Amino acid sequence: MTAAIVSILLPVLVAAVAFLWPSDRTRPAWLVVGAAGHGAATAWALSRPSDMTQWLALDPPGRLVLGLVSLLFALCSVYGLGYLRARADRPNRIFCSAILLFLGTMTFITWTHHLGLMWVAIEATTLASAPLLYFNRNPRSLEATWKYLMVGSVGIALALLGSLFLGYAAAQAGGAPSLLFEDLFANAAGFSKPWLHAGFVLLAVGYGTKMGLAPMHTWKPDAYGEAPGLVGALLAGGMTNCAFLAIARVYRVMCAAGDAAFAGRILVILGLLSMGVAGVFMVRQRDFKRMLAYSSVEHMGILVLGLGLGGLGVFGAMLHMINNGVVKGVMFMSAGNIHRVYGSKLTGEVSGAIRVTPWSGALLLAGFIAVTGSPPFGPFVSEFTILNAAFEQHRYLVASGMLLFLLVVFIGMGTTVLPVVQGDPGPDTRLTEHRDGPLTIWPPFLLLIASLVMGVFMPAPIRDLVREAADYVGGVP
Amino acid sequence: MQPAADAILVIVLLINLFVLGASRLRTIIYAVAAQGVILSLLPTLVHGGFGVREAVVSVGALVLKGVTIPRMLLRALADLPIRREVEPLVGFKSSMLLGAIGTAASIYISTKLPMLEADAGGVAGRMFVAASFSTVLTGFLLLTTRMKAITQVLGYLVLENGIYIFGVLLLQATPFLVEVGVLLDLFVAIFVMGIIINHISRAFTSISTEHLSALKD
Repeated sequence: MTAAIVSILLPVLVAAVAFLWPSDRTRPAWLVVGAAGHGAATAWALSRPSDMTQWLALDPPGRLVLGLVSLLFALCSVYGLGYLRARADRPNRIFCSAILLFLGTMTFITWTHHLGLMWVAIEATTLASAPLLYFNRNPRSLEATWKYLMVGSVGIALALLGSLFLGYAAAQAGGAPSLLFEDLFANAAGFSKPWLHAGFVLLAVGYGTKMGLAPMHTWKPDAYGEAPGLVGALLAGGMTNCAFLAIARVYRVMCAAGDAAFAGRILVILGLLSMGVAGVFMVRQRDFKRMLAYSSVEHMGILVLGLGLGGLGVFGAMLHMINNGVVKGVMFMSAGNIHRVYGSKLTGEVSGAIRVTPWSGALLLAGFIAVTGSPPFGPFVSEFTILNAAFEQHRYLVASGMLLFLLVVFIGMGTTVLPVVQGDPGPDTRLTEHRDGPLTIWPPFLLLIASLVMGVFMPAPIRDLVREAADYVGGVP
Repeated sequence: MQPAADAILVIVLLINLFVLGASRLRTIIYAVAAQGVILSLLPTLVHGGFGVREAVVSVGALVLKGVTIPRMLLRALADLPIRREVEPLVGFKSSMLLGAIGTAASIYISTKLPMLEADAGGVAGRMFVAASFSTVLTGFLLLTTRMKAITQVLGYLVLENGIYIFGVLLLQATPFLVEVGVLLDLFVAIFVMGIIINHISRAFTSISTEHLSALKD
């Protein structure tokens, strides 16, 4: 409990300090302070067993996501120093406080062990992240923020209805139902089936909206296209994984109720649909930040596909959550750098990044290779695991669908990324005064190294965490 | 108490159809506010008392839905140079027809679902479920077929009203979820959407989401 309160409230406290801090120039330093404090609290929390009878308790998948969020935020905070220095023209009071609050709310989700409290935490991430999208204060970012809030709020509302349905299903098992996850798992067998099924569908759609699964993904290209790179990294690597965590917890309730097959069918369909839609929109995509959004839709699809397959697939999904989060950090940060240098994010206007900004260009290229599932990077291992799970269960249609969509995405992404990186800057290219600096290069570079390590030899502690998470959610790796 | 609760639910269903067919924004704002206000009577009627739980949910909903939100929307309407009509993507008659079909489907589905022991005998439980589904569908219809930012907020509110009806059934069983859910949902509607509507109106001098269409593939 203490660890929970420290790791949730510390970022909130630092956010308050950052809000009151008078100077725009020195305020971003509080991001690093918040990240360091959060990292220490996370290390402390991960080193201790958690009391699972409390409303705030860290289950194994929660541990995994908490570690990832803390790592990602630490690197984003360093990147933020460089980014906010380059954007000194903008006041950053609200941005700095909101991003720290956002960290607090994501941490909150990882700790919640109660259906209702988890809903509150996810609602809170929407509120905390909305000001981040509106950082640039132009009509385009306003439009993105509006869609994000509207679509996100409707999703959250459906998740609330789904939670109520689950509560009603639990009430029919007799007595006043407890919505503590541990009690839901224990009593799930006696729940009323129709209400449980309807509740799961609504929760999958509602939290799936937050994850950005197709066809509820419409907020994503706009939000990721208009938000600063580090916000995209935190949304794609942090918040969407937190929403996936919520779905995984509800999936475990379904497994406990003996309805894994029902839940699995829905998740597999949502997963394949997301991969297919992402592939279609990625082909001929001219805006490379929007392309990253569709890549995120694709990978969220892979996550629920793995979860829906069950067994080995759950292990693959938990592993892919980490791998995708790490690589998304590389891509969003390097794409943000290139966007800043060229003042454009359209393929027609940006070319030859490898000459103009060699580091960012190389990182974007390496990130592309990693995110499309090529060895030796981490996503290759996890995508291969999920594919293996499909073959093992003789679900050849699912496996071939997944392979086909991976191929389409590879081609679609290649036709966008390669022209940006290669060649020479066009004759009409007018570069801004921004260039690569150590603060905006080291964070994505370190994440790329992390992805390489995950692909070549997975460190034993991480493997154990992933295995425990998969066992907990319902797979047997 | 049963007949009173049933009467309220019938009025709520009628307001759903009315909202789908109404063309003036001001009328819809008043109708949605009225729906929120009469719904705030439900917790007391159903649970036959006015304890702290009922008070939190009732008074919270009454003040927010009956006063704060309508005021905010009416002010936005008065301040801005926008057309006062709805400009729907799907016509009023078709919307009402869809709403009626949705209501019929909701009632049919509610007869197929198992209800709690406590309210299995009475009509009330089923009526709650049917009214809740129908209102949620109405909210969806408004959200997807009306273009203005204000009407989208109104659609969201109707959706929320539908969830509220279902929440009342569970107020005793899972009080935390219902109270927090209902109030937090409204909080979002007011503060965040209110703030954004303000920004939209300043940026575009109009609050039609048709202007919000620069981003697409």
